[in-house]
Amino acid sequence: MSRRVRVLVRPKAGILDPQGQAVERALPALGFDGVANVHVGRLIELDVEDPSRVGEMCEKLLANPLIEDYEIVDAAPAHGG
Amino acid sequence: MRFGVLRFPGTCDEVDAQLACERVGEAVILWHGDRDLQGVDAVVVPGGFSYGDYLRVGAIARFAPIMESVIAFAREGGPVLGICNGFQVLCEAGLLPGALLPNKTLRFVCRQVDLVVERADTVFTNACAEGERLSIPAKHTTGCWYAPPALHEQVEANGQVLLRYAPGESFNGSLADVAGVRNEAGNVFGLMPHPEHAVDPLTGSTDGLKLFQSIANSVAAHV
Repeated sequence: MSRRVRVLVRPKAGILDPQGQAVERALPALGFDGVANVHVGRLIELDVEDPSRVGEMCEKLLANPLIEDYEIVDAAPAHGG
Repeated sequence: MRFGVLRFPGTCDEVDAQLACERVGEAVILWHGDRDLQGVDAVVVPGGFSYGDYLRVGAIARFAPIMESVIAFAREGGPVLGICNGFQVLCEAGLLPGALLPNKTLRFVCRQVDLVVERADTVFTNACAEGERLSIPAKHTTGCWYAPPALHEQVEANGQVLLRYAPGESFNGSLADVAGVRNEAGNVFGLMPHPEHAVDPLTGSTDGLKLFQSIANSVAAHV
């Protein structure tokens, strides 16, 4: 049975994140004050038979460990899994 | 000498790169799905949007069959030049240090930039003079070169930065104005600007030709 896994990829702390900055600037312009530290990353969802291998997938392809952090979230059994 | 110019799905500057190479030697296009480098003396990984820039720029191209051969060729000391997307691919492949981030402005920029030659004693810059300025077009959205502090320090200490944007010329936010960086061994080099678009007086500058000439000089010296 496969598992639904989510991989959250975000820029490493301290790395220039112009997308996050652009969003952070846009929110107050719409009246949403009190927002800070906005970062924009990627969400990758996958059904995997062996969730223990997802870390390796992140290191080799899904993220670039030089510039990105990743977080693996075990979501739920996959539909029809 | 003969250059091999890679073509991935989504590559768009391979023909200009081939024409630039042909001004100093012969050149063949190498398809991403093949493994045979056809005995070329140097490899050019050209610009474009390999595999649609899916996931991250250069991330998928790195695993193309031809790249296995290019990585082996580079490990044996063969000269490899990466331009724009090619630079991104070589960074993702671990052949060059650092990574390319989105431009600090998040905008695609296409304009002529002045570069300063940091070193002229290399495979890729021997037809230039140290401190010389090269006028070469740049056109990219993801060209902000970055390396973590310890790696950046090492790259500078090893003299791996061959080209920097001239003062005031960098538009992408690259660390220390780095425009082009080589590997430690000195046989792999990548840059964001496009020397292959600056080889004919018709388009305003022929400075880019010096990089191709340098590779040809270097290959000739070793034959």
